[in-house]
Amino acid sequence: MSTLEIRYVWEWPVRLTHWFNVISIIVLSVTGYYIGDPFVSVPSTSSYVMGWMRYLHFIFAYVFALSWIARLIWMFFGNRHARFLAFAPWASRDGWKNIIGTFCFYTFLRRKVPYAVGHNPLAAMAYSCVFILFLIQIVSGFALYGQFAPGGLWDGIFGSLLVTFGNQGLRLTHHLIMWLLIGFAIHHVYSAWLMDIKEKNGTLSSIFGGYKFIDPDEEN
Amino acid sequence: MHDPEKTLLEGSVSEEILQKWEARGVNRRDFLKFCSVMTASLALPATFMGQIAEAMEADNRPPVIWMEFQGCTGDTEAFLRANQPTAAEIILDYLSIDYHETIMAAAGHQDEAAKNATVEKYKGKYIAIVEGSIPMADGGVYCTVAGNSALNIAREVCGNAAATIAVGTCASYGGLPAAAPNPTGAVSVSEAVPGATVLNLPGCPLNAENLTAAIVHFLTFGKLPATDSFGRPKFAYGKRIHDNCERRAHFDAGQYAEGFGDAGHRQGWCLYKLGCKGPETFHNCPTIRYNEGSSWPVQAGHGCIGCSEPQFWDSMTPFYRRLPQVPGFGVEATADKIGLGLAAATAVAFGAHGVASALRKDDDSTVKRED
Ligand code: HEM
Ligand code: SF4
Repeated sequence: MSTLEIRYVWEWPVRLTHWFNVISIIVLSVTGYYIGDPFVSVPSTSSYVMGWMRYLHFIFAYVFALSWIARLIWMFFGNRHARFLAFAPWASRDGWKNIIGTFCFYTFLRRKVPYAVGHNPLAAMAYSCVFILFLIQIVSGFALYGQFAPGGLWDGIFGSLLVTFGNQGLRLTHHLIMWLLIGFAIHHVYSAWLMDIKEKNGTLSSIFGGYKFIDPDEEN
Repeated sequence: MHDPEKTLLEGSVSEEILQKWEARGVNRRDFLKFCSVMTASLALPATFMGQIAEAMEADNRPPVIWMEFQGCTGDTEAFLRANQPTAAEIILDYLSIDYHETIMAAAGHQDEAAKNATVEKYKGKYIAIVEGSIPMADGGVYCTVAGNSALNIAREVCGNAAATIAVGTCASYGGLPAAAPNPTGAVSVSEAVPGATVLNLPGCPLNAENLTAAIVHFLTFGKLPATDSFGRPKFAYGKRIHDNCERRAHFDAGQYAEGFGDAGHRQGWCLYKLGCKGPETFHNCPTIRYNEGSSWPVQAGHGCIGCSEPQFWDSMTPFYRRLPQVPGFGVEATADKIGLGLAAATAVAFGAHGVASALRKDDDSTVKRED
């Protein structure tokens, strides 16, 4: 083992959008769940529970959408771990080797974890899917949102989706994707923690500070 | 005594017109009321009242052919019972209804002849009104009138009309007959006669006041009113029920009826959790209501079922649940049950993986242990 190198892996826009996403998804899921199934009924007509839930949902909807767009832009300007190719390991031969290696590690067929400086390839593929789910969530959300003002901005941009997929179809999609994202969040936190232990390069703290401790010998 | 409302109303409609209507047995107050209600329904400024009154006065009473296909005659019922300042009377008096299966006196060959005569004589000038959907399967045999298929009749009559008004959801979008599995291949008027100029006035039944207003618009401006992406006039379908609902304050507060007849329901709380489709439905029910403005479903305590939306029988069901069924799952599985199951399964799977990972022997030859 040679000397560990300190590498700046996750640049600040990556970390910032990551945490904006985390906060937005939590708030959007809690408020969204309430919108879908208002489990609290209040005694006083002067309360504004649903009103606040929807208000928060829409505020964080904008935060989430902007965060998504910012991250998309950073795909063009960031370092190699932040760019499109980092999320498409299937596009290269080395990538395939890593996909198979990581799969074998997860399924206990291999003892040594394949080393990854940036995303591990399975995680990268999951993020590609999640990035698309985010987009569907944002698009379906703004299409539903636009209904309060037919002919307005959001209705103008996304209103045709209400015709193609139907109002209820979009709602059901929007609702079900929340559960997919919750499933993803469980997997994501677990895997990050697992890799923190197995890769021993500071995976968990790297999303706070951006640095990983890389053993150049292990890098492939 | 000076009545400012009266001055305002009468000021814009000429004395001559008012006297003509009085001679026809419609008193001036009713006629003015009619004009002002129409102006308001069409969302026009009050200054248009005079123009509307004049349009009703022109001497070219347009002939109307009203056809009934795969429908329940609910729209006819709604229209004949329309009573808003004798709206139906005024409009029925004014129009020349040359053919209407439910109300015409003639029968058999006689009225077929009347219909054909109107189509010939007023080609491109008459108004066609269609109630009910049109079956396309098996050459259209599932609905025939006088030995002719609904499809043929619609193509001929709507194809030669100045304008076609599809009344009710069946004529507008296929409605109940077109609900899955749609055995008769039922379609809407605009699908059956693609070339026709069609205005959709969906609703189950349509609101007679919207039909009257649409006709008045056509008479006043010589064209059909502006429509949304589903071919519905914006004046009547431009706003969401949920955004004009009298129970909306309860929705925002967080007060929901949980069952029919429970405490919340008796207090008029929001019907969202009983499956109300007001948030998905565009119609002016909350503002103009039905039956002389006396009530509408949500006011009566039943959630909206989205009857004026395309394919509502398929897309708005189950009526007593907010969201549709998840395709491929049983009727009892709601989106939340499935989602919760998914989240729980993920947690269990990764939990088990975690335990196994903790127990496995790693290759940690590079790790230096602290003493
Ligand atoms: C992680 C992202 C998001 C999650 C998990 C989420 C979750 C949810 C859920 C579960 C519902 C209830 C659906 C129902 O049962 O009818 C909902 C409703 C809604 N969401 Fe989202 N949402 C997200 C993002 C967005 C975004 C970006 C927008 C954009 C404006 C948005 C707009 C809406 C609207 C308009 C509704 C319907 C509100 C109503 O009917 O009053 N959502 N959301
Ligand atoms: S009753 Fe229906 S339309 Fe009215 S506020 Fe409640 S959900 Fe909306």
